[in-house]
Amino acid sequence: MSVLVNKDSKVIVQGFTGKEGSFHAEQMIEYGTPVVGGVTPGKGGTKHLNLPVFDTVAQAVNETGADVSVIFVPPAFAADAIMEAADAGIKVIVAITEGIPTQDMIKAKTFVQRQENCRLIGPNCPGIITPGEAKVGIMPGFIHKKGTIGIISRSGTLTYEAVDQITKAGLGQSTCIGIGGDPVIGTTTKEAVQLLMEDAHTEGIIMIGEIGGSMESEAAQWIKENGTKPVVGFIAGQTAPKGRRMGHAGAIIGGAEDTAEAKMKIMEECGLHVVQSPAEIGQTMKKALEAAK
Amino acid sequence: MNIHEYQAKEILETYGVNTQKGRIAHTPDEAFEAARQLKAETNTPIFVVKAQIHAGGRGKGKIVGTDYNGVMLAKSEEAAKEKAAQMLGGTLVTHQTGEEGKKVNIVFVAEDAYKPGEAQLEEFYMSILLDRAKSCNVIMVCQEGGVDIEEVAERAPEKIIKEWIDPAVGLQGYQARKLAFALGLEGKAFKEMVKFIHSLYNAYVGIDAALFEINPVLKTSDNEIIAVDAKVDLDANAFYRHKELAALRDEAEEDPLEVEASKSGLNYVKLDGNVGCMVNGAGLAMATMDMIKLSGGEPANFLDVGGGASAETVEQGFRIILKDPNVKAILINIFGGIVRCDRVANGVVEAYKNIGKIDVPIIVRLQGTNAEEGAEIIKNSGLNVISATILKDAAERIKEVMA
Repeated sequence: MSVLVNKDSKVIVQGFTGKEGSFHAEQMIEYGTPVVGGVTPGKGGTKHLNLPVFDTVAQAVNETGADVSVIFVPPAFAADAIMEAADAGIKVIVAITEGIPTQDMIKAKTFVQRQENCRLIGPNCPGIITPGEAKVGIMPGFIHKKGTIGIISRSGTLTYEAVDQITKAGLGQSTCIGIGGDPVIGTTTKEAVQLLMEDAHTEGIIMIGEIGGSMESEAAQWIKENGTKPVVGFIAGQTAPKGRRMGHAGAIIGGAEDTAEAKMKIMEECGLHVVQSPAEIGQTMKKALEAAK
Repeated sequence: MNIHEYQAKEILETYGVNTQKGRIAHTPDEAFEAARQLKAETNTPIFVVKAQIHAGGRGKGKIVGTDYNGVMLAKSEEAAKEKAAQMLGGTLVTHQTGEEGKKVNIVFVAEDAYKPGEAQLEEFYMSILLDRAKSCNVIMVCQEGGVDIEEVAERAPEKIIKEWIDPAVGLQGYQARKLAFALGLEGKAFKEMVKFIHSLYNAYVGIDAALFEINPVLKTSDNEIIAVDAKVDLDANAFYRHKELAALRDEAEEDPLEVEASKSGLNYVKLDGNVGCMVNGAGLAMATMDMIKLSGGEPANFLDVGGGASAETVEQGFRIILKDPNVKAILINIFGGIVRCDRVANGVVEAYKNIGKIDVPIIVRLQGTNAEEGAEIIKNSGLNVISATILKDAAERIKEVMA
């Protein structure tokens, strides 16, 4: 089974007719994702990729019953797109866009939190995939395999790395959630862990974090108190210098608690299977699963 | 992006935030002239000469080879010129710059804001920043000004008063009053502080700042509130709506290789190690650096070639890494998603040929879309490139190369 998206989701694409939106919408459809249409203001009433285009998210929801939206809108307009989706009653909003100004995001996040039953994933993320059912994002579909391991990560390619190792270890994934690399994101590590912990068909969880912020430590504390499944953890940036932004807007060591070392220590204390090397993620999960049986 | 104190003060003034007045100088003569004009404008009897670098701790920092600090009092225009002469062109080392220090190219000649008078002088600390856990801006104040706030946070966290701002409605009057009362102010100084906090917050939001640190905020002897120092970090993602702020970038403050990389659209951070790396994706790049360390090397850099790793970006990445004389080996780690590994492999081969002589061993790890075709291209190229497919192999190859 899965969380957030599955074969019964009704997915729309915001920024549908743009270059990125078109390319990835096509890939999603090819993967078998139930994409029901898209939104590009001013192009309503036309067809794109054989699907209807709408002027507003509200129209798309009315006409198609869409409940998931994936956003490829440029950074200057992305916060607005997120709020439009939330206002239209979309349940799961996946914001792929990188480079949204922080002041825009704190407003958009507040707006989303004030809607009932609405979850934002990202921004600056690869999206969500439930293998064999729905790919809502930009990840390469073919490396995934249906299975029982849930994966949570702040990064794109590092998630693919973990996915690949899990598939090669003979396991598969229930749902992989790219939560995003920005300092302000809709769904935190802890919230994503909670979703997968409550999913009956997820047997193990991989939690990949990085320097900056305290999300992984909060997730680890939650796991200590509520965890029922083995969790393998890794924090990227053990060798990152203080005060420098490492690619992701959110990957910067401010204080002592932001370091990989501090987070890994807390994760270990909370009973997670912490790996030092990113090459060990797959095998460690396999062993942890066997030990848990 | 960090900016200089004098740039920050200019911006704050436009938002109605009172700051310590001053003028910049690039030469000792300009410093003399700046002091003369400042005296005419403000009547200040003495001056403060402040080295403009992107690092804190200037007052205690030393200009290499002298007894001069990065912030000094000057009792006359002539003295301001003399202090500026020592600072300009010199290298300032503070606890934040590292041993190598930073070259001083500009000084800020400022009024003396600490002249005695009717009311007692008081220094405070104030900052505005993002609270990541709460996803909103927070204003922090402390009655102890001019101190290292991290040290206060450790020693007496209760002394730091915080007010979180609701993103939907912004800073409210009661919040500014709460902060001003917490600083123990009353009368005119209280009113001035409330005004100061409102203006400062407007500036923070208005320019899409990522951090404001005003340390110290001074209550002057006539109960005015002014920013004596100003550390400002800007959100570069918002530059599309603040073109004038993007122009404040001072490339002299950055590593030359980092400047060159940014011009090619590469995300590069120079480090001190001996194994260079080129990776697609920031998370994987950090993870690759960690793996280099675990394999007995030290990462020489962070380099994210991004989602569109083309032949050109790979070549540019190579050239930048190879300019670092400490690099003894290079690891290329690409997980192909949208990026196809065969194209990256072609890029590596082309770059290798274009650059000519590469003396250090290169390990190329390609995985994901078209990984096999990529490995084949590398193999058939006849170049001295070591191939790896899974991450563990790459780590092993580094171990061998570093042994």
